Amino acid sequence: MAAPTDGRPVAYINARLIDPDAGTDQRGAVLIGDGKIADFGPGLFASGAPYGIETIDCKGHCLAPGIVDLRVHTGEPGEEHTETLDTAGKAAAAGGVTAMCVLPDNDPPFDDASLIEFVHRRARQVQLTKMYAYGALTMDLKGEQLAELGLLSEAGAVAFTDADSAIGNAQLMRRALYYARTFDALVVHLPQEPTLSGGAMTSGEVATRLGLAGNHPLAEAIMLERDVRLVEMTGARYHATKISTAQGVDIVRRAKARGLKVTCDTAPHYFALNELAVGDYRTFAKVVPPLRVEADRLAVIEGLRDGTIDAIVSDHRPQDVESKRVPFAQARPGVIGLETLLPVSLDLFHNGQLGLAAIWRLLSSGPARLFKLPGGRLEKGAPADLVLFDPDTAWVIDPDKFHSKTGNTAFDKRPTQGRVLKTIVDGRVIHRDATRWPAAV
Amino acid sequence: MPRHLLGIEGLSAESIEALLDLSETYIDTSRSLVKRRDVLAGRTLINIFFENSTRTRTSFEVAAKRLGADVINMEVAASSVKKGETLLDTAMTLNAMLPDALVVRHQESGAVSLLAQKVNCAVINAGDGQHEHPTQALLDALTIRRRKGTLRGLVVAICGDILHSRVARSNIHLLNIMGASVRVVGPATLIPTDIDRLGVEVHHSMRTGLRDADIVMMLRLQTERMSGSFVPSTSEYFRFFGLDQEKLKVAKPGALVMHPGPMNRGVEIDSAVADDLKRSVINEQVEMGVAVRMACLDALMGGRRNSVAGVV
Repeated sequence: MAAPTDGRPVAYINARLIDPDAGTDQRGAVLIGDGKIADFGPGLFASGAPYGIETIDCKGHCLAPGIVDLRVHTGEPGEEHTETLDTAGKAAAAGGVTAMCVLPDNDPPFDDASLIEFVHRRARQVQLTKMYAYGALTMDLKGEQLAELGLLSEAGAVAFTDADSAIGNAQLMRRALYYARTFDALVVHLPQEPTLSGGAMTSGEVATRLGLAGNHPLAEAIMLERDVRLVEMTGARYHATKISTAQGVDIVRRAKARGLKVTCDTAPHYFALNELAVGDYRTFAKVVPPLRVEADRLAVIEGLRDGTIDAIVSDHRPQDVESKRVPFAQARPGVIGLETLLPVSLDLFHNGQLGLAAIWRLLSSGPARLFKLPGGRLEKGAPADLVLFDPDTAWVIDPDKFHSKTGNTAFDKRPTQGRVLKTIVDGRVIHRDATRWPAAV
Repeated sequence: MPRHLLGIEGLSAESIEALLDLSETYIDTSRSLVKRRDVLAGRTLINIFFENSTRTRTSFEVAAKRLGADVINMEVAASSVKKGETLLDTAMTLNAMLPDALVVRHQESGAVSLLAQKVNCAVINAGDGQHEHPTQALLDALTIRRRKGTLRGLVVAICGDILHSRVARSNIHLLNIMGASVRVVGPATLIPTDIDRLGVEVHHSMRTGLRDADIVMMLRLQTERMSGSFVPSTSEYFRFFGLDQEKLKVAKPGALVMHPGPMNRGVEIDSAVADDLKRSVINEQVEMGVAVRMACLDALMGGRRNSVAGVV
């Protein structure tokens, strides 16, 4: 559907320009040439559309750097019936995501350089959103033996993680951090103390009522405290993923205040939902870590506001119906999120909690900087990876209309605001909302 | 839409009273020489137990047969139903046989409610994981009401493994709805997080927990939890939480002792208490179980479906 770029300049004029790093939200234009941002700013083309180059009138809609999603699981290879890199790419494009990092917990897991190359080769074939692969931190993601971080790095692995498995063994984690330092590799860890995190939902009144085993919020705090001390000792680059509790936010806040190289992210479900979403055993609300209590949700929002949390990730994880239509404790955890990341994050804007530029720092420039990825910012010479969106369009989330192969969203039927109109990668339009931007435009 | 009995939570005091009133009439039926009242003649009930049970299944079977229903028992070994798909497949298969009601027990919390969403007949929860066991709470209530006249204002101490007990949860809901005050008593390892928000007082000592109690409900300590990280040993558990005459002394003089069975004598209850006819109503609970289940089946499958309001 997308025509390959021929490098001719295109001007996007009359836009509401969101510049996450400058923190600005103002009228302006962007000039794209050769797949890169040639120029941009409020003054650009202020006196009218340029003559002789293609001009696109953004009609006052928001133009921002494309979303950089650090946490996407696809079913390829291994479970292609749930999602392929192709369908994930389409979902990402529709969601305004111009770059995504693919988790390594596939079958086979990405503990071998050939799999990193496989993802990157497939991404080039798919020609949609840019894709980067994580390497496994330990062989077979078992948390026993280090993976070949050096070879995986050479093959292009963008960071190292065992995805949703935590490394329970402190000695192994210490060595993983030391070893990663050798290659200046980034270690991404889901801080969940395994012996405390077995339950199906967060422990507390709702779990007690439903008779479900609880995952204690301390599972996050205890593991994070350990990790922070190991980071202090090893000096490694460390990123904690999916922070879900008030104590977790606080530990990262204090670590940052002490000057440690600790960063973290969270996902929309942790700031837009709480444990009540589980309701009557709704397996689509089963995630790892589990949805927490309201006080935790508010603390996560505070962490987003004060800069403790560096990025918002979709935590996209397709699951087939068979693994969700079972008793809650047996259901596989995970929700899809590529196509809801933008509108649900915009809740923070509509609720007056964060400005658009601040949200975009969490969605694009922040994560891009963490993983040292190109794109994600408005900068002359940067790749023209952009998203044009209308923050106000109201719609109701309906997974039947998604590009993802599965419909396991925790936000089903949620009224929301904000629609992607166009997604642009290297100057090339990879998605346009047909209802608003007919092909003629 | 068929109506179900999936749990006590959400029922009104009126519908509980109505079910208990209906149960009273079936006590008389059961005590007569001719124990059959064919109010469910021609109706089909399927008992499907994904978790082993003799007592509850038999009780439902006796109840249904006394009402003239045709009863089919399905025991599905837990090992062969590890996968949830099988649960819904089984539900659909049984549904296609057009039963009037399914009585379901399952080892996973929420499984019975999941199954109920997929069938066209009434579903009765005979125990799902650690969630609810509504007919047990109803039979306990009937037993208490017959002995004490009312549930309102009574002090009920539920003792032992609250954490893993669906009986405790159903009883906590029912007793609160009916205006009793509820205490849970047990070691902290066996008390679920935030249980106080369900409207109970938490005690870690039998001496304070049983003080002036009208009713002492003992729970079964599951064998697999008797040693290890919940409780160090059976003997230590019995020393601090096993009910004997000595510990019972602090309760009201006429306090009743209950147990959902089967009992671990010498673990959670001393034989001298269990067999004390002045105190123990354990066998009476079994009798009331049949009457309560007759009432529930009648309410959900029978012609009086509309007279017992609010059963969901």
